[in-house]
Amino acid sequence: MADEKRIDPATGTQIKHHEWDGIQELDTPLPRWWLWTFYATILFAIGYTIAYPAWPMIDRATGGMLGWSSRGALDKELAARERQIAPIRKAIADTPITALPGHPELMQQAIEGGRAAFRVHCVQCHGSGAAGSKGYPNLNDDDWLWGGDLATIEKTITDGIRNPNHDATRQSLMPAFGKDQLLTAAQVDDVVAHVRTISGQDRPSAASRRGDKVFADNCAVCHGPAGKGNRELGAPNLTDAIWLYGGDAGTIHETVWNSRHGVMPRWDDKLDKATIRMLATYVHSLGGGEASPPAAVATGR
Amino acid sequence: MLMSGSASLYEKRKGVYPKAVDGFYRRLKWAIMAVTLAIYWGTPWLRWDRGPYAPDQAVLVDLAHRRFYMFAIEIWPQEFYYVAGLLIMAGIGLFLVTSAVGRAWCGYACPQTVWTDLYQHVERFIDGDRNAQLKLAKAPWSAAKIARRFVKWSIWLGIAFITGGAWIFYFADAPTLQQQFWTGTAAPVAYATTFVLTATTFVLGGFMREQVCIYMCPWPRIQTAMLDEKSLVVTYKNWRGEKRGSLKKAEAHPAEYGDCIDCNQCVAVCPTGIDIREGPQIGCITCALCIDACDKVMAQVGRPRGLIDYCTQDDAEAEQKGAPPRPVLKTLLRPRTIAYFAVWVGIGAAMLFALGARERLEISAQQDRNPIFVRLSDGAIRNAYTVKLRNMEARPRAMEVGLIDLPGGRMWTDTGSRETATTTVRTTVPADSVAKLRVFLMLPPGGPARTDFHFTLRALDREGGHVSEPARFERP
Repeated sequence: MADEKRIDPATGTQIKHHEWDGIQELDTPLPRWWLWTFYATILFAIGYTIAYPAWPMIDRATGGMLGWSSRGALDKELAARERQIAPIRKAIADTPITALPGHPELMQQAIEGGRAAFRVHCVQCHGSGAAGSKGYPNLNDDDWLWGGDLATIEKTITDGIRNPNHDATRQSLMPAFGKDQLLTAAQVDDVVAHVRTISGQDRPSAASRRGDKVFADNCAVCHGPAGKGNRELGAPNLTDAIWLYGGDAGTIHETVWNSRHGVMPRWDDKLDKATIRMLATYVHSLGGGEASPPAAVATGR
Repeated sequence: MLMSGSASLYEKRKGVYPKAVDGFYRRLKWAIMAVTLAIYWGTPWLRWDRGPYAPDQAVLVDLAHRRFYMFAIEIWPQEFYYVAGLLIMAGIGLFLVTSAVGRAWCGYACPQTVWTDLYQHVERFIDGDRNAQLKLAKAPWSAAKIARRFVKWSIWLGIAFITGGAWIFYFADAPTLQQQFWTGTAAPVAYATTFVLTATTFVLGGFMREQVCIYMCPWPRIQTAMLDEKSLVVTYKNWRGEKRGSLKKAEAHPAEYGDCIDCNQCVAVCPTGIDIREGPQIGCITCALCIDACDKVMAQVGRPRGLIDYCTQDDAEAEQKGAPPRPVLKTLLRPRTIAYFAVWVGIGAAMLFALGARERLEISAQQDRNPIFVRLSDGAIRNAYTVKLRNMEARPRAMEVGLIDLPGGRMWTDTGSRETATTTVRTTVPADSVAKLRVFLMLPPGGPARTDFHFTLRALDREGGHVSEPARFERP
C-alpha cells in the first residue's frame, strides 16, 4: 500500500491514501520558504533560551547569558525616571517650604509629586481622598490639631505624632480622667454635658452647668477656657462641627474616660526631605491649607 | 473528486499608451489640472493674519496643538463635526455631480486622473507619442532605452517628491517646515510621510494608472449605482456609427455602412485602454478624450461631430428613434439633481450659520468624587470642582465664573481662601487655550442632599458672551 504512489494528473502531486466518499486529498508538500522559516524559528528559540532566562531548574530558571530580568528592566526604567526628576526633587528640597508658593511651577510639581507619594504612604490611614475616618483626621477640612500652614504640616509629617522613642515628635497626652480616677463618674457625665453644650449640640442643663466648673478646673488648661483648643499642645477645638472620634455623648464620654492617643509615625526616617515637602504641599492644597504666618515667609523658615 | 484546471484569475496588465489629442475636452482637462494642482501646491503657502496668538497659515491642520485652521474658521477638536459636515458636503457634492454629469470626478478632478495625466504628458515628452512608446516598450534594453527610462523616471520621481513633500506643509507652518526639512531638523514623521507619498505617487501615477480605477477604487462601483438613465455618460452612438468600416468601403457602399470609419482613434487616445464602442463599461472614467479624437476625424471626413458624445441613456433611445440631440445643459436640471443640490446647499448654509453663531467660550465643571463633600469647622459643607474655561478666541480674555440657582453659595479658587470667598470668580484665560481652575464651593449647613445648579461663564470684554454648565452640590 505504502509503495503504491498515486499521482494526481492535473497537478502532478501525490494523492494521500485515504478516501472519504470519493473525496481524496493531495499530499502537497510544505512550501520551501515555509519550512526554512520554521527551521529558523527553532534556531532562534534555541538562541533565545541561551540568551534569556528560560529553562526551569530546581529553585530558579536559568539566568540567560545576557543577564536580563524583568525586575532589572523595571529597575532601569525607574532609575531613568528618577534621574529625570532628580533636578526637580533637588529644587524642591533646596527651597524652604514657605517660599515654594512663590515659585508656582515648582509648587505645582511639588503638589503632583505629593499626590503620588500620598497614594503610597498615607492612604492606608487617611484614605485615598484624604478624607480620613474615625481617629484619622480628614485633611480636606479647615480644622487642624497642630496647624494647617505649610511649615506646620511639614513638621507634623517629618516627626509624626506620639511616635515612640522620638524626641522631636508631637506630643499631647490627655489623661484618662475616668479610668485613672481623676474625676468621678458623675463629674465625667457633667463635663460631657458641658462639651455637648459648647459645641452647640445640646441646650444648657443642670449637668452642663456643673460640668462648666469641672471643665474649668481640669480641661481648660489645654483646651482653653472656652474650649477652643490649643494648637501648641495639639488640643482640639471642642466647639466646632468636626470630631476626630465622634461628637455624640457616648463617644465623648469614652474619650474623657479613657483618653485617646492616636499615633502618626514620623516619616523623616523613611522618606527624603523632598518627598516630605511634596506631601506637605499636597495636603495643604486639598482645600484646608492655611496661609503661612508673615514672619515665616519673610525669614524663609 | 479533485478540482483541476480552472481559468487563471489573474489577468496580466495590457500596456496602455494613449495618443496625444487636442480638442475641447482635452483643453478643459488641462485647465482643471492646472487649477487642482495649483490648489494642492499653493494652499499651504497662503497666509492669513490671525493676530499674535495664532498661526498665520491660511489652511493648517495643527495636530500638535489640536487645532484646524481654514481661513477665518478655527476648529477645536470637540467641534470636529464641522469637518464631518464638510465631508458630508463633499459626499453629496459627488452624488450631485455623478447624477448630473456621470463620472466627471473620475474623468477630470480625481488625483489619480490628474497625476496620471501629468505623468503621461511627461512620458510623451520623453518617449514620443503612442507609436514611439509602443516601439520602445517592445525594444530590447539598449543604452538609449535605459537613458530614456532613467530620464523619464527621474522626472516622475521629481514630481512624486514635490507631491509627497507638499502634503506635509498642511500640517505645520510651511516656510518653517521647508527650512527644517532641508536642514534635516524636521520631525521624522515629516520625512516618513514625504517618503511614503513620494513612493505611492510614483507607483500609482507611473505604473498602476488605470489599474487603480479598474481594480482598486471603490468609487466606480458606487457610481454605477448612482448613475441612471438621465445621467450624462460618454456614449458611442452605435445607431449612427454601425455598420463600421473603412472610409474606402463606406464610400463604395454608402447605404451599407454607418459613420464610424473604424479608425480606432477613440481607442488610441483612451487613458484606460478601453473601446468605448463596446458600450458603457466600468473602465470608462468619462474623460471624454475619445469625443475629441472622434470629432476631429469626423471633421476630416466631412461628417457631423458627436458620433461619440456625452449623452444620457434616455436621449440615446430618443435619438435612435429620430429625435434631434438634446443640448447638454437641458439634461442637467431635473428633480434628482435639484434635490441633491438643495441638500448640499442646505447643509452648507446650516454649517455657515452654526459657525457664525457658535460661542467662542465654553465652560465645563467636574465635581470632586473623593471626597464628595467636606464638612468645615463651622458646619458648612464644601464641594470642590475642576472647572475648565475654554477661550477659543486668538486673544486673552477676562472672564467671570458665576453661580445660578444656588443661593448662599460662595466660592474661591486654590489661589484664594475661604476668607476671600465670593459669589463669583474672575480670571484671565490666555489666548486660544483652556484654563483649569480648582473651585471650592461652600454652602451653609442644612439643606437637601443634592442641589442642582449651574456654573456660568461670562466674558468681561466688549464682545461679551455667556455660557453655562449644569452641576450639582452634594451634602451629607
